[in-house]
Amino acid sequence: MHRPLLIAAALALTGAALTFAGTALAQTKSAADGIAEYRRMLEDGNPAELFEAKGEDLWKQKRGPKNATLQACDLGKGPGVVKGAFVELPRYFADTQKVQDLESRLVSCMATLQGFNAAEIAATPFGRGEQNNVTALATWVAGESRGQRFNLPQGHEQERKSYEIGKRVFFFRGGPMDFSCASCHSVDGQRIRLQDLPNLTKNPGDGVGFAAWPAYRVSNGQMWSMQLRLNDCFRQQRLPYPGFGSDVTVSLSTYMGVNAKGAQSIAPGLKR
Amino acid sequence: MKNSTPLIASLLLAAGCAALPSSQDLDREALVAIKAAFRDEGIAKINRIQQDLGQAACSSDKQPTDAVADQVMAQARAGVKWPTGGQYFGDWREGEKLAQNGRGMTWTDSSTAPAANGGSCYNCHQISKQEISFGTIGPSLYNYGKNRGVGDVMAPTAQPIVEYTWAKIYNSKAYSACSNMPRFGHAGVLDEKQMAHLMSLLLDPKSPVNQ
Repeated sequence: MHRPLLIAAALALTGAALTFAGTALAQTKSAADGIAEYRRMLEDGNPAELFEAKGEDLWKQKRGPKNATLQACDLGKGPGVVKGAFVELPRYFADTQKVQDLESRLVSCMATLQGFNAAEIAATPFGRGEQNNVTALATWVAGESRGQRFNLPQGHEQERKSYEIGKRVFFFRGGPMDFSCASCHSVDGQRIRLQDLPNLTKNPGDGVGFAAWPAYRVSNGQMWSMQLRLNDCFRQQRLPYPGFGSDVTVSLSTYMGVNAKGAQSIAPGLKR
Repeated sequence: MKNSTPLIASLLLAAGCAALPSSQDLDREALVAIKAAFRDEGIAKINRIQQDLGQAACSSDKQPTDAVADQVMAQARAGVKWPTGGQYFGDWREGEKLAQNGRGMTWTDSSTAPAANGGSCYNCHQISKQEISFGTIGPSLYNYGKNRGVGDVMAPTAQPIVEYTWAKIYNSKAYSACSNMPRFGHAGVLDEKQMAHLMSLLLDPKSPVNQ
């Protein structure tokens, strides 16, 4: 897993790749082609690997007030089962009596097993303190389902309700520009500038949309989880700030995840 | 399912497959979840989730009824503020800058004043032929004035298209209840002068749009 040399090479290539993407743009080549090209260049060295390695360490480390590991954490397939868990989230958890996505579930485990304060973590800005650890853990857990196909359970009433609430959130228009998620993500083949927009009302394809996050963002050098991805969508919609792990962000994930049934996960992905 | 006997209902509940609330109840629950989830951040205040008629009418995968759509459009048309002193036009060069500028109104912006905002036009529209980085959510606006036979923008024959374009930028719902386009004037995103610059970009025969 640890390939520092390759990753260093990949980071060096990133600059070249961006230049390449710029050239592609000038030649009116699709932005997607440029991005696909530099994804190939980075194939064996997505910087997300660093976060995966950190996440795996965090999972096994004794931490928090209870000095415990997360190895008994139930991500939906039984305590300690990590492989295949990501492609079935969000799902209903009987202990919390809530539908939870990967990150809100990880925070629950950090609270119950390790004694961390869940509310405090939820209120911590992205990229700081324990939020960084949640992102790394989510990156590792997601990577353990790489190549698997999304298949969110919808057997429980709360799971079906989460889908229905998520659908309504997806189409909710508000703010000074009247945007909803659907403004940009409900029609095939549209773009903003040169950026292709996945249609998230259905399965948009393998490794696209919901199946691409968490992802390392080359443009700002940050690892972005789905919670942060959605947070930034709402920022660009000009809406106020959605709470971390709120019913809005979790139900939206349920909506996109159920729609993406059968899509292959490439997470952790690589984005511009 | 809703009228099931209590026994059947409790059996279903035990199996975790009880009937969902009605569609209207889910609508209400979604609004409750939205109100609970969002908070103020910078200039993006919580009142931004309070929907007006048009926003609420266009918040599902189904179009509103004709009656509701007509009401939304009539309200929008009645609210269009025409430019002070009939100043419909400015400078297409300034319009191009505004069209390129996609900034403003997010919680990482510091002011809601129109001066801090762009028109974000290229995000969704092709406009001039020189700019190849354009979005496709809206129709192409290349040759917008030329295609509509606008030569002299001050000519009386151009007046209907001039007024239509102003109203469309001011409040896109004036002509399409669920238009995807922001209501730049109505929402205070752009001021009269900025809209006049965009008018010139679209309609001035000298603008690159009409070359």
